[in-house]
Amino acid sequence: MRIGVFVCHCGSNIADNVEVARAAQTSLLYPDVTFATDMMYTCSEAGQSGIEQAVQEHSLDGVVVAACTPKMHEPTFRRAVERAGLNRYMFEMVNIREHASWISKDKEKNTRKAQELIHMAVEKLRQNSALTPKYFEINKRVLIIGAGIAGIQAALDCAEGGLEVLLLEKESTIGGKMAKLDKTFPTVDCSSCILSPKMVDVSLHPNITLYAYSELEQLSGYVGNYQATIRRKATYVDWDKCTGCGRCMEKCPSKKARDHFNEDLTRTTAINIPFPQAIPKRAKIDANHCLKLLKDKCGICEEVCPTQAIDYNMQDELVTAEVGAVITSTGFDLFDHSKYGEYGGGRYQDVITSMQYERLLNASGPTGGAIQRPSDGKEPKKVVFVQCVGSRDKSVDRPYCSGFCCMYTAKQAILTKDHLPESESFVFYMDIRAPGKQYDEFTRRAIEEYGTRYVRGRVAQIYPYGEGLMVRGVDTLMGCQVEVEADLVVLAVGAECSKEAPALAEKLRISTDQHGFFTESHPKLRPVETNTAGIFLAGACQGPKDIPSSVGQGSAAAAKILALFSKDMLESDPQVAQVNLPRCIGCGKCIRICPFGAIQEVQDRAGQPKAEVIETVCQGCGLCEVTCPQSAIQLNHCTDNQILAEVNALCPPKTEESFE
Amino acid sequence: MPESYAYYPGCSGLGTSREYELSTRKVCQALDLELREIPDWSCCGSSPAHTVDHVFSSALAARNLALVEEMGLETVITPCPSCLTNLKVAAWRMQEESFLQEVNQYLEQPCKNQVQVKSVLQALVEDVSLSRIKEQVQNPLKGLKIAPYYGCIMNRPPGIMDFDDPENPTAMDQILKALGAQVVDFPLKVECCGASYGIPRQEVVLHLSGKLLDLARVQGADALAVPCPLCQMNLDMRQNQINSFLQQDFQLPVFYYTQLMGMAFGLEHKELGLDKLCVDPLPALNRAKQRQAEEQEERARKQKQRQANQSSAPARSASE
Repeated sequence: MRIGVFVCHCGSNIADNVEVARAAQTSLLYPDVTFATDMMYTCSEAGQSGIEQAVQEHSLDGVVVAACTPKMHEPTFRRAVERAGLNRYMFEMVNIREHASWISKDKEKNTRKAQELIHMAVEKLRQNSALTPKYFEINKRVLIIGAGIAGIQAALDCAEGGLEVLLLEKESTIGGKMAKLDKTFPTVDCSSCILSPKMVDVSLHPNITLYAYSELEQLSGYVGNYQATIRRKATYVDWDKCTGCGRCMEKCPSKKARDHFNEDLTRTTAINIPFPQAIPKRAKIDANHCLKLLKDKCGICEEVCPTQAIDYNMQDELVTAEVGAVITSTGFDLFDHSKYGEYGGGRYQDVITSMQYERLLNASGPTGGAIQRPSDGKEPKKVVFVQCVGSRDKSVDRPYCSGFCCMYTAKQAILTKDHLPESESFVFYMDIRAPGKQYDEFTRRAIEEYGTRYVRGRVAQIYPYGEGLMVRGVDTLMGCQVEVEADLVVLAVGAECSKEAPALAEKLRISTDQHGFFTESHPKLRPVETNTAGIFLAGACQGPKDIPSSVGQGSAAAAKILALFSKDMLESDPQVAQVNLPRCIGCGKCIRICPFGAIQEVQDRAGQPKAEVIETVCQGCGLCEVTCPQSAIQLNHCTDNQILAEVNALCPPKTEESFE
Repeated sequence: MPESYAYYPGCSGLGTSREYELSTRKVCQALDLELREIPDWSCCGSSPAHTVDHVFSSALAARNLALVEEMGLETVITPCPSCLTNLKVAAWRMQEESFLQEVNQYLEQPCKNQVQVKSVLQALVEDVSLSRIKEQVQNPLKGLKIAPYYGCIMNRPPGIMDFDDPENPTAMDQILKALGAQVVDFPLKVECCGASYGIPRQEVVLHLSGKLLDLARVQGADALAVPCPLCQMNLDMRQNQINSFLQQDFQLPVFYYTQLMGMAFGLEHKELGLDKLCVDPLPALNRAKQRQAEEQEERARKQKQRQANQSSAPARSASE
């Protein structure tokens, strides 16, 4: 075998802390290495063609690149090796950047580590064999979980691209957070006026099947061939018959059900349609408040329903569907403002969240768009906005910036002045973060044209004082304490991961960051992909996002899926388990351990039980390999022999030691 | 449940807060708690010592803790938050062996640091229990609106004091409610009263304590209840100074919560040292009594009216 070793400088990233030339030189000492060199940027066009040239000039049949993480450039170099005429699996990548140069400034030790890692890769490569991928058919249906603005955009784009879409929404209406907003920044155009047409498009599009009030129960399979189990929660109303006339809501005597859509500012009836523009506009019963379901009394909705749609015996229903790819667009939750005891949120009626304020401003909200404070319904004269409630604060485990609060606070201050020209608004802020298009101009408008008084500093305490609230804080620019007697305080609550996010991540086999937001495949270059093939992200489930960014990501995820589904067959990864039939004793341990159900029992010609790997299902995790008592099942490209070769390179057997 | 406590009165109890000391002893007696005063107790270290030398200040506290160990008691209680802080901080510091050794170099009789330190308030809420307090109530403080003010150090720092909520404590609220009083929402419960700035920079105390009195009045309180001698002095003794400084006319009595307990238990005013308060509490107490009587009258009148209405519409009540 003839192996070539290429050691990358990565500019100064590696070369500063590893003697790359020396590492290249010493690799000539390893068996079968016939060519070695160091390169400034191996991933560049020059670097890649350098590899191709060397393969041809030196008749190499294996290549080792010592550079950065294989997560990023392994596919790049595999393609280069393939262009040079080799099988792409006759290639090994060594990470001497994250694993050597970036972790220590000790150049000598780093170099030694780099040398050892290269040696291991060479020994492994000597055992590599050419692998050829197989092709498999795919199902071009898309499952989208969460129908807020990101999910809606993704669904419409996929559907326009000709794909069949299943759109899941856990609430009884689509629209998400955006449906609750009054106006949007920085244009101050009406939120529902720009959202409603899209919601209607979703309901009318022939390619979109909407599952409202439904959740994902389970997902199995792999890219192109997923099986989804969907739980359609019992609404106690037959939606095929319901016309959304609302007569049941007029007559329902149980008027104490929680009104999630109005952020609990009011109560609603046990049977309800969340808001007039709801899609689908269908009623559902809140089982926690329905007198019929709780005590078997009442039954009025059944009597008044003109289409006999009420069904008190309805049960949750499980539906299965075959899909090829999944977009999760499950959004975010708002920070629980009662965690700041000193602000009195949840204790004092007139300390409300920004989303509650949004409902007060909204013409279809509980006050019809009149700003009336919850305690006594009076119009506030002084409104104080407190920013960063649950953002940029380590003490509540929310060290990150939620990104959109500065903007919506400026918007709410502007709208307050529009609604109540005599009112005065104060905003307590840490920094104004307004980096979007027209964003900074917008906050300046709030300050300069609308006379909003911005006070740079944190609020220490809010407490009732007479009929209003005393807001105590600090003005760090003036260097003094500030006290404002407010009639209404609005807490600009930050974003946190949706409560269901960790459980959903487990079902989808994707990862989350420390705060529960789904992790993208690469923070810059693969922002909507996950590390699980065929699962994509859109919107705030990946991190706090405003509407334009969410819409952008929804479209991006759709584009990714359209590209994926532009082929009729997908390549399967040949790095899968393989059974050595003569060695297999048919014990079935591998079948039981496999988390993907990728191994089945078959009989050989003699009628003996044997294990067989379903190659398209196998994810190459290697659990079967370590479980097999006969070492009969081996993971291609990561066999026992290859691992042992690496270990032996690192800890050479002491030949002089005698065990006799 | 230990019914017998070592008792550390603290120096204020012998001087400026005689009425706190008197009422604490009387109330504990009524509740069958035996307070065994530490023989030959000395300063808790709450003098300027703790700002100068931690070891020396802790040694002052540790001398008293060692005496408690000699008494063979597990727990020492004190009414004063300053004493409490110093005894507790010393015990917390002495958890480190080397610090304990340093402290013991000052002491004739070494401290083993095995005594639990509690405030009288904590013992009343946790050991005696509200139900037993309720049993003793003979004259419920009906109608009396009280603003509970804890002061800044009763519950802080939270890691060391380890009792009640450091930002929104409720122990005293619960006792006052058990006595039948009406506890008003008092969000500045743990704000600073100005403490010892009364001597070097009096205007600080007048400003900060004035704010507390202002909020109590805004919240409709008849009086304040406190557990701290220094807070009591700033709010009560300096109330006239505050009035002239802020151009106000506060007339809010500032009770030790133990005095209110004693009143509810039916003890004599004199026994509780009510005569030692600077702001005369009687007008406020009478006002509350009068308001209570008026409200009762109003309720009775409404009750009568309801009955009259019901008897005039017998058909409807029968159908129900």
